[in-house]
Amino acid sequence: MAKYLEFERPIIELKEKIEEIKSLNEGKGGGLEKEIKKLEKRLSVVREEILSRLTPWEKVELARHQDRPYTLNYVKYLFEDWKELHGDRNFADDPSIVCGLGKLEGVSFVVVGHEKGRRVKEKIKRNFGMPHPEGYRKALRVMKLGGKFGLPIITLIDTPGAYPGIGAEERGQAMAIAVNIKEMAVIPVPIIVIVTGEGGSGGALAIGIGDRVYMLKFAVYSVISPEGCASILWRDQKYKQEAAKALKLTALDLLKMNIIDGIISEPEGGAHTDHKVAARLLGEAIIKAHNELKDIPAPELIEKRIEKFGAMGILKES
Amino acid sequence: MQWFKRRKSIEDKSKKREIPDGLWIKCDGCGEILYKKQIEKNLMVCPKCNHHFRVNSPLYKTLLLDEGTFGEKDENLLPADPLTFKDYQEKIKKSRKKTFLNDAIVCGEGKIKGRDVEICIMDFNFIGGTMGSVVGEKVKRAIQRASDKGLPLIIVTATGGARMQEGMLSLMQMAKTAAALNRLHTPFISILTYPSTAGVLASYASLGDVIIAEPGAHIGFAGPRVIEQTIKRELPEGFQRSEFMLEHGFVDMVVHRKDLRDTVDILLNHLY
Repeated sequence: MAKYLEFERPIIELKEKIEEIKSLNEGKGGGLEKEIKKLEKRLSVVREEILSRLTPWEKVELARHQDRPYTLNYVKYLFEDWKELHGDRNFADDPSIVCGLGKLEGVSFVVVGHEKGRRVKEKIKRNFGMPHPEGYRKALRVMKLGGKFGLPIITLIDTPGAYPGIGAEERGQAMAIAVNIKEMAVIPVPIIVIVTGEGGSGGALAIGIGDRVYMLKFAVYSVISPEGCASILWRDQKYKQEAAKALKLTALDLLKMNIIDGIISEPEGGAHTDHKVAARLLGEAIIKAHNELKDIPAPELIEKRIEKFGAMGILKES
Repeated sequence: MQWFKRRKSIEDKSKKREIPDGLWIKCDGCGEILYKKQIEKNLMVCPKCNHHFRVNSPLYKTLLLDEGTFGEKDENLLPADPLTFKDYQEKIKKSRKKTFLNDAIVCGEGKIKGRDVEICIMDFNFIGGTMGSVVGEKVKRAIQRASDKGLPLIIVTATGGARMQEGMLSLMQMAKTAAALNRLHTPFISILTYPSTAGVLASYASLGDVIIAEPGAHIGFAGPRVIEQTIKRELPEGFQRSEFMLEHGFVDMVVHRKDLRDTVDILLNHLY
């Protein structure tokens, strides 16, 4: 399987060419530095040009990129003294949502995030980041721990959606999501929500209620997948590109509609090209948001949170 | 050509004579052909097999409330087309004509056996009872009124979920309504009818203090076809029906349509 997306091809080709000349240069003992510099400059220009005019569908592809950093990658780079907490205390531990405690810049946080898993075996274990009800119940349990002990909460969203399966329905997928949304609204500590990859509908929203909601530059957040929308509207999934455009699912679209509070930048070629830099940028945004929120008294925080979501929507009055 | 045309018109007439428009309906439950007037008298429930036909919001209004007590609120809120989404305006227009409603929910105040209540009734005939900005806002306001006035809240759900045509604005109505329920301290009775699914079930519809389901109603988060495609096998019989939800502990009771009003009244006597 190709490790890059179709629109990334010119970038990859240039990168390969640079590598080639670099090794040639080494073999010759120098002399091609000027050429290399020129090509590197060109790479930067080409990359910026390509990434600045991505279509909504291409952003969906980027958000789903197999090398995109997942929750555990961010955790590794950002949080000290990380301790993962398992289980919903009712039924099971759902590995498609990771919960734990970690320190960032000296502050202990509760971290909750979807985890898609990197290789086939791990992807299966983590159900491709599609939680069952027990995943959402674990998330709520651990977030309430934050509320009880005064730890601010970070949630990282990256899921195709809540898992559509028999067991999930038997154990109350809808109920788990509904309860999470309601309860998250009143947890008495700052909650910072970041869509890092795919924000798949209710499965994303179930850990998506916070005082600040951000998206990474190439993340998407949608009420339905473009494929699902295309098969309803055009009765054919091949119209997913049109659907992606129609749904207004990019970070910029959602910022304009006041659904998110800000956009977090990504490394030059997208978060998948440099996990470390992606994590650093994410960390900076978290610290900034936390500083804005940490001194707000809990009742005011909750009041504002309910009002924030209460104000969302666009309608007409006659 | 003339001959064909005439023939067609004769056929049309004879068809009409055979099955006068809407006088008879076939029961989806047992296949029995039923006289519509008789079923209407029976609250659109099949007298043979007890199948509950899907009905529109006016029926629940008459069924639940004391006659002439309903006062509508927020009927002036209309759907916009914030994403200029394909065919949305057309769909709104058609639904309006069909239902005489401005969107997929009717909200207001009325009395049940003399007791004041806030009530919201969804209508599946308006774009599949989907929740966009208007439905979310009207539910939020009803919650607020119930809270301000100290009245019990009743919501009758009939929905396919969030309204795709309003994109993420629809998804956020789940957050808007569920978050608002934190402020309600009076009883909230949620009545689930055919169907109660997806984003609406994953928000206010599941958050009732007491949850009542009509018999045989389709209640679930994911669509059956999506589940079948995902797990690559057929779904068991009765999956995602009211009785299944009762068995798995997600509704308090399954109640025949004719008993809804009495049940709500008794529950409110206890709780309110």
